[in-house]
Amino acid sequence: MTNTADAALLEKEEDHGGPLRTFIGSQIAGPLAALILAIVVFGVTTSTFLNADNLSLIATQSVVVGTLALGQTLIILTAGIDLANGAIMVLAAVVIGKLATDGNALWALVVGTLVCLVMGGLNGVLISRFSLPPFIVTLGVLSVLTAAARLYTDSQSYPISSDLLTILNDGPTVGGISITYGVLLWIALTAVLGYALTQTAWGVRVYAVGDNRAAAALTGIKVRRVLLSVYLTAAVVYAFAAWQALGRTPTADPSGYSTANLDSITAVVIGGTSLFGGRGGVVGTFIGALIVTVLANGLTQAGIDSLYQQVATGILVVIAVAVDHFVRTRQTR
Amino acid sequence: MHTIRRAAASILATSLLIGTAACGSSDDDAGSGSGSSDVTIGIVELNLSNPFFGTLEKATEAAATAKGWKVMKSEAKVPGDSATQVTAIENMIARKVKAIVLDPANPTALVDVVKKARDKGILVVTVNATVTPVDAADATFATDNTAAGKLIGQWAKASAPPSPRIALLDFDLSDGPAGGRHNGFLEGFGITDKDPQIAGEALTKGTVETGQSAMENLLSAHPDINLVYTINEPVAHGAYTALKNKGLQGKATMVSVDGACSGVQDVKDGIIGATAMQFPSKMGELAVAAAAEYIANGTKPKPGLTDSGTVLITDKPVAGLTSQTSEWGLQNCWGEK
Repeated sequence: MTNTADAALLEKEEDHGGPLRTFIGSQIAGPLAALILAIVVFGVTTSTFLNADNLSLIATQSVVVGTLALGQTLIILTAGIDLANGAIMVLAAVVIGKLATDGNALWALVVGTLVCLVMGGLNGVLISRFSLPPFIVTLGVLSVLTAAARLYTDSQSYPISSDLLTILNDGPTVGGISITYGVLLWIALTAVLGYALTQTAWGVRVYAVGDNRAAAALTGIKVRRVLLSVYLTAAVVYAFAAWQALGRTPTADPSGYSTANLDSITAVVIGGTSLFGGRGGVVGTFIGALIVTVLANGLTQAGIDSLYQQVATGILVVIAVAVDHFVRTRQTR
Repeated sequence: MHTIRRAAASILATSLLIGTAACGSSDDDAGSGSGSSDVTIGIVELNLSNPFFGTLEKATEAAATAKGWKVMKSEAKVPGDSATQVTAIENMIARKVKAIVLDPANPTALVDVVKKARDKGILVVTVNATVTPVDAADATFATDNTAAGKLIGQWAKASAPPSPRIALLDFDLSDGPAGGRHNGFLEGFGITDKDPQIAGEALTKGTVETGQSAMENLLSAHPDINLVYTINEPVAHGAYTALKNKGLQGKATMVSVDGACSGVQDVKDGIIGATAMQFPSKMGELAVAAAAEYIANGTKPKPGLTDSGTVLITDKPVAGLTSQTSEWGLQNCWGEK
């Protein structure tokens, strides 16, 4: 600590500039180490895990929850939570599936996106305008939308045949590894959101609102507007997730993805984003989603009972939260 | 900040919360205004996300209203959600229903509340699944799931390639029907759980997308899988997508249980080799007939499991096994065609 106010200010600015990079770096370091460790362990213990086919499969299996988790990350960064994201995605998927059965697939996709925007907007307005707690608002919306999807479809699923709707399951083969457009889209979304969060004024505001809402308001940030923008952006991401889901499993199933909301939160937490807001990012979430898939895939291949996948994932969540707690208490001292 | 902290802490309990918070009051709004001379019966179903349970519930309700009865209904919110069912039965006891048609979410969790109802003179019959011990309820009208599993196991044995490599795509085996089908299949095929012909086993949630992921993971480790047992037809459909994505469609034979119209269509399309068709409407009708007998003259139905029947549906019949074609299946299936 220095004595002059200027120097203190300077140091503070450095805290927000240079060290921020290393900070984000270190946040990704934990999840990345866990991912590499899991890959090495499964690579050694099973003969098939490191096959090119299996590696591309892991990426493909991660896209739906992984994409949902990107939207979830934005919301958790503002110290919110979205329990309804899976239900919003499923509703959009069945709306798209049903409309595409009788009509134009592109039009169906547009309507599906609108469904996401309306539902995300509803969450956003209730949370930003009326200051209702996100946990309860999205819990209520989850319940309503789960029922709505079943009522809309009479609990039937719709097979998807449109090329446009399933295109995300196609893709090029690079060096023996097939990469689906869905995986490329997931990577692109991560990059775009990562850029927006770290390189734009909007991103700075999102972190500020999540870190300390009152302080953010004092600096002139329009907190409500930022919150609403986050829920709407997340809704667009959920629309992409619905498209991903239809590509991956060409069936619009109202009873599918019933735990996708919790799975997305799991990916976010394992990826190092703090549930208290203001710390973390989408790259960590990307890695977090991969970790969850690697565990499910690797343990199945090792012939271990599926229930242990849940045990392993649960332990990782607790470790991630403990690390976050440790970092946070050290920060505030 | 407190709200946030509480919210964060609650994440671990979320699944529970969803269950309880979503416990709507579908049992409160039905059966209102019943006069003392009217008969009301209770229907307690599993979660209606699966059209099978919807078909069963609608058939039960239709048979009951045809008799001029009033109906109180309640459904579990998620698979295995016995808590909602216990509450529903307690409400039905309080409403003095004459009979309860129960599709138990768990074989043991409902035994106490069923006893409470029976002690009050209410007839309790289970449909689709049994409680343990089976005589804890007055009677059961259900598919003999072990027999259903055995049928497809025998068919698979007769149709299997010379060196079978089997994948088992299961649902939580503590679930009565799921365990019955699993054991029946193994018995019909003539193997045990530890047999080396079993390449791998994975749990699904009985849905298309979980069936697909499970099959993908097993195929990665064992690309030579050529016989797939699936807990139901949605899982089989998902497994087929996994096979197709690897260009392995036609290389593996799939067997399943259900007899939904979409599943029979998959038999017709060659996606599923054989499926054991269940008759959910018949379960409901048998249950209501038993209730009618009891309400009219106090006669209780025959205790234990009454099989509502199973028919093997396949377009590749094998010697020694009675089966019907997919054409017949499409005439007799349940759910949307």
